[in-house]
Amino acid sequence: MQSEIKLTTPLSSEDVERLKAGDKVLLNGVIYTARDAAHKRMVEALKVKKPLPFDLQGQVIYYVGPAPAPPGRVIGSCGPTTSSRMDPYTIFLLEAGMKGMIGKGFRSDRVKDAIRKYRAIYFAAIGGAGALLSQHVKKAEVIAYEDLGTEAIHKLEVKDFPVIVVNDVNGNDLYQEGAKRYSRVDFLF
Amino acid sequence: MRRVRADKITAAVKKLCIDANYYLPEDVVDVLKKGYEKEESPLGRDILQQILKNIEVAKKERIPLCQDTGIAVFFIELGQKVQIVEGYLEDAINEGVRQGYTEGYLRKSVVSDPLFSRINTRDNTPCLIYTRTIPGDRIKIVVAPKGGGAENMSRLCMLKPADGVKGVKDFVIQTVKKAGSNPCPPVVVGVGIGGDFEYAAYLAKKALLRKVGEYNPDPRYAELERELLAGINELGIGPQGLGGRITALAVNIEWFPCHIASLPVAVNMQCHSARHKEVEI
Repeated sequence: MQSEIKLTTPLSSEDVERLKAGDKVLLNGVIYTARDAAHKRMVEALKVKKPLPFDLQGQVIYYVGPAPAPPGRVIGSCGPTTSSRMDPYTIFLLEAGMKGMIGKGFRSDRVKDAIRKYRAIYFAAIGGAGALLSQHVKKAEVIAYEDLGTEAIHKLEVKDFPVIVVNDVNGNDLYQEGAKRYSRVDFLF
Repeated sequence: MRRVRADKITAAVKKLCIDANYYLPEDVVDVLKKGYEKEESPLGRDILQQILKNIEVAKKERIPLCQDTGIAVFFIELGQKVQIVEGYLEDAINEGVRQGYTEGYLRKSVVSDPLFSRINTRDNTPCLIYTRTIPGDRIKIVVAPKGGGAENMSRLCMLKPADGVKGVKDFVIQTVKKAGSNPCPPVVVGVGIGGDFEYAAYLAKKALLRKVGEYNPDPRYAELERELLAGINELGIGPQGLGGRITALAVNIEWFPCHIASLPVAVNMQCHSARHKEVEI
């Protein structure tokens, strides 16, 4: 089994440039949650040059709407949601300094190009493993858009949060490479 | 007539919602374990192992398997000798959903209006209810919490009768291929064939309630299920779409007679967290 790379947020271009598709990474530090509704609001704010609820420089956004925390727990189940729904908003956030994204599922060609251009990284977490992933969250608080319920922006402190690099700065795509390697049919995306 | 109080239904639904989201059916766990044995990709094996570990954590900690605890879909078989008293069936079910999703710390994932306001209803209601009346004096309640990721990858096609078996196969395999990594593979593929436009979709969803590893009682459809499963697992999509052998755990087909002009086919995608639970009152 290949070894895991430990990284602490915020990420620098240097951190990101040494990662390649297929690498296993353990993330530490703070990450921010946002999904459809929060993305819409953040991008609307950026368009009218209003400040965002947090400083995006070098940050990692996790596409997740956590389940509520039962008593005595930091957070409920919290696995990734489908990333492609965020594609229409992603380039604006990359322009504004976002360095990494955690989700599941393939990205659009435009997003993949922007990942190269802005020296950023796209990680996959295991979809449907939200109970397991919740054990890596040490602290969670809602910092913005509380009215959105589960879709509010949460600030999470994570310890060795396990992710896999899918799209890197060199244009590699683990979804395409992985499927190609194991396909027994003429496989075209 | 046998009388059943509405609050009895509410209490049963509440427990069903919670249990369905914490504990995965044993047949699904077994097929995931077999998939782990068969998977050739080291990363795929690693992912399947974590999925199996997740099932243990959810069970032990009593937390949902997945944060997407779904929109609650109900299939009710109502014995025609049952009279529901002190309340209305659908209200009783919705109240059970409200209580289960709140007290079980499940995620509320329903918005009040699909297009304009999209405001979260904050209690996961309304749920979706399909009721059939049957002979007898029992009520069977099945819940299937349906997450958005896999549901969004589902498709329906009105084929021509001339498209036949090949047309059906191509459509099902294309659907899984197009879905790729999005529906959280390994998936269970529910296929509805026949009926009409909406009935095919209903059958596809209902097909997901059948145990994985059990085949259609009609040998022709059972054969088609086997062929489709083999065909899908040739695609190489693999666990989480990162490459591998185990793209689907099962293909379940349900069928119904249809119009002479039609061949409706619906594919309902289900992630590996293939949750459903039933109770009889």
